[in-house]
Amino acid sequence: MTTDQQDQADPTAASAVAADLADERLIRSQGVGGYLHLFLNRLKGGELGSLPVVIGLIVISLVFYSIEPRFLSSFSVTNMLQFAAPVGIIALGIVLVLLLGEIDLSVGSVSGLSAAVMAVLVVNQGWSTTAGMIAGVLTGLAIGALYAVLYTVVGVPSFVFSLAGLLGFQGALLYVLGSQGTLNLPNDSWLVQFARTKFLTGVPSYLLVVLVAAAYLLAQMYGRSRRQAADLSTPPLGLVLVRAGALAIGGLGLVWYVQQASGRGIGYLVLLFATLVVLMDLALRKTAWGRHVFAVGGNEEAARRSGIKVGRVYFSVFALCSMLASLGGLMAAAQLTSVSQASGTTDTNLTAIAAAVIGGTSLFGGRGSAYAALLGIIVLQAIQSGLNIVGVDSSVRFMVTGGVLLLAVAIDSVSRRARTSSGRG
Amino acid sequence: MSDPTTTGGPSSRGAAGGPPGDTVLSLTGVNKRFGAVQVLTDIHLEVAAGEVVALVGDNGAGKSTLVKIICGVYQADGGEIRFADRVIDISGPSEAQALGIATVFQDLALCDNLDVVANLFLGQEKHKGLVLDEVTMEKEAWRLLRSLSAKIPSVRIPIAALSGGQRQTVAIARSLVGSPKVVMLDEPTAALGVAQTAEVLNLIERLRDQGLGVIVISHNMADVQAVADRIVVLRLGRNAAEFRVEEATTEELVAAITGASDNVVAARAERRGGAPEGEGRG
Repeated sequence: MTTDQQDQADPTAASAVAADLADERLIRSQGVGGYLHLFLNRLKGGELGSLPVVIGLIVISLVFYSIEPRFLSSFSVTNMLQFAAPVGIIALGIVLVLLLGEIDLSVGSVSGLSAAVMAVLVVNQGWSTTAGMIAGVLTGLAIGALYAVLYTVVGVPSFVFSLAGLLGFQGALLYVLGSQGTLNLPNDSWLVQFARTKFLTGVPSYLLVVLVAAAYLLAQMYGRSRRQAADLSTPPLGLVLVRAGALAIGGLGLVWYVQQASGRGIGYLVLLFATLVVLMDLALRKTAWGRHVFAVGGNEEAARRSGIKVGRVYFSVFALCSMLASLGGLMAAAQLTSVSQASGTTDTNLTAIAAAVIGGTSLFGGRGSAYAALLGIIVLQAIQSGLNIVGVDSSVRFMVTGGVLLLAVAIDSVSRRARTSSGRG
Repeated sequence: MSDPTTTGGPSSRGAAGGPPGDTVLSLTGVNKRFGAVQVLTDIHLEVAAGEVVALVGDNGAGKSTLVKIICGVYQADGGEIRFADRVIDISGPSEAQALGIATVFQDLALCDNLDVVANLFLGQEKHKGLVLDEVTMEKEAWRLLRSLSAKIPSVRIPIAALSGGQRQTVAIARSLVGSPKVVMLDEPTAALGVAQTAEVLNLIERLRDQGLGVIVISHNMADVQAVADRIVVLRLGRNAAEFRVEEATTEELVAAITGASDNVVAARAERRGGAPEGEGRG
C-alpha cells in the first residue's frame, strides 16, 4: 500500500488558490489568455461545440455574398430569419430527442396534422384562433404521450414508431382536411399577423437587446460572487464583460441592420423562436430535468440506478418534441396563411432533423445544446436563400443540403473519435 | 495471520469482538431462489459500524445476488434483514438509499458525458428553487473528495477524461452523498492497476475510519487480506466459512472458497485434538 500525499486533504494548504484548483496536476490558466488556451485545448480534444457550424455559416455567407451581394441585404436577412423560425421550433424538439439518443422522424407529419386540426376548427367550425391553436398543440401532446407509452411500456424503437407516425399522421392530415384540398386562414386572425406582419422595431427593439445583455451580465456577476464566496475559481471578470459586451453589440448591430432599407426589423415569430431556444437552453443546463435528460442520453442504466425516473424523462421529451413540432406547424401555416395536403410533408422532417445535427447535436445521445437548433436552421436557411438568390434549381439545393448534412455528421463522428483518444469520451 | 483458531461453517458467525461500533446491518436466514435454482440458502451476515467485511466466493457463489438483495434490486424469499436494530423490507434501490445503504456497482454506473459534480449528485441534485445550485454542489463535491483524500484534478471535467482509479473514486464518493451507514462495493479493484488499487484500498480504509460499515466483494485475496477486518466466504449459496483477517491464511481462504475447506478444517481440528469449532466467534 502506498502512503498518500496528504497535502490536498489539508484545507489550509489550498488557501492560496481557489478550492477547485488546488490539485497540483491541474494546469492552471489565469486571465483571458488562460481561458483562450483552455478553449484551444478543448478543440484539440474534440470538444468542437458549435465552432464548425459558426465557421460553416461564415463561409456560406462569404461565398454567396461574393456571388450575389443581395444575399446579405437587410431584406434578405429579415426573410431568412422569418422563414427559419417555424422549422427551427420543430428542430428544437428534435434536439431534445437526439439528446436521449433517440429519433423522431414524424415531426413533419405531426406539424402538418396539428396545423390542419387548428385550421379546420378555426375556419370550418368557427372556433377562436387561440382555442384552435390550443387544440393543435394538444394534438401534439397526445401524439408525444402515445410515443412515450410505445417506447417505455411496449418497447418499440423510436425509429420504428416515428416512421409509422410519419405515414400515419400524414394520412390523418388528409383525413382531417377531407375533401378540401387547402384551407386558407383568415388574414385578420392574430396568428397570421403575428407570423407575417408583426415586427419589433425602433427603440423597443434596442431596449430589448440591452435588457437581455444586462440580464446576462447580472446573472454572470451573481454567479461569480457566489463562487467567490464559496472559495471556488471564477471566470475572469474581463471575459464576462467581453461576452456581455459582444452580446450587446452583436445584438444591437443585427437589430439595427434588419431595420435598414427594405428590412422590417425582428419578427415576432423570430422572437418567439429565440425565446424558446433560450428557455430550452436554461432548462437543459440549469434544471434537474435537463441534467436528467443528459444523464439518460449518456448512460441510461446509470441514470436509472441513481434513482432518476427514466420513464418520466422519456415521456417529457417525446411530449415536448411533438408539442414543439405542432407549434412549428401552426407557425408555418400562419406564415403561409394556409394549410394544404402538403403541409409538413415535403422536406420539413428532414430539414428539422438536419438542422439539429448540423447545429452540433450528436446523433449518439448525451451531447448538444438548444442553440444547435438555432444555428443549424440558420445554416440551412442561408443555403436555401443563397441558392434561390443565385438562381439555382431546387435539385441542386437538395444535393447541397444533403452534402452539408453528411459533412456535419462526419464532423460529429470524427470529433467523437478525437474525444475518445483524448479521454473526453 | 498466524495460528488461526478459525473454523468454517454456518454455525460459526456472530458479532466479532475486534471492530468498534454496533452492528448496523444484519441478515439472518436469507433465502433466494430463481426458478428451480436455490441461489442463497440460510445466509447470515453482519456488518458493524467501522468494520470492513469482505465477501468472497467463487463465481456463482451468490455474492452478487446477496448484494442485490441488500441494495434492493432483488427481494429475498425468506429471512430477516435488520438495519440499525429494525427489521426492514427493502423493496427497491431508492428505498435502500434512503435507509442509508449505498452501493458502488462493479460497472460504477457513471455518466461519461457529465462532469464529476453532475455525477456525484445525479438523482439527488441540490436546488435553489427550480434552478440547480451548482455552487453548493461543487463545494460539497470538493468536501467529499477531500474527505477521501481523493485525487481528482478538476470536478468540472467529464468522467470520460478520468482514469479507472479516479472513476472508482468518484463512484465511491457518490455513495457517500446521502451520508449512508453501510457502503457496499462490488469488485472495486477488479479493473485497476497496482497504484490505483492501493488508492482504492486507502479509500475503503477511510470509509471505515469514518465509522461506516463496509462490505467489499472481491476475488483478489491480497486486497481482501489487506483491507478487511472479517472475511465471509460464500460457497454454492451458503455461508462456507468466516475468518478474522489476522487469522486467515491465503491457503485457508482459497480452500474455503473452492470447497476443500472442510478437509483442511477437519485436518487441523484433528491435529489440535478436536478443538471446538467457532471458538472466539460468538
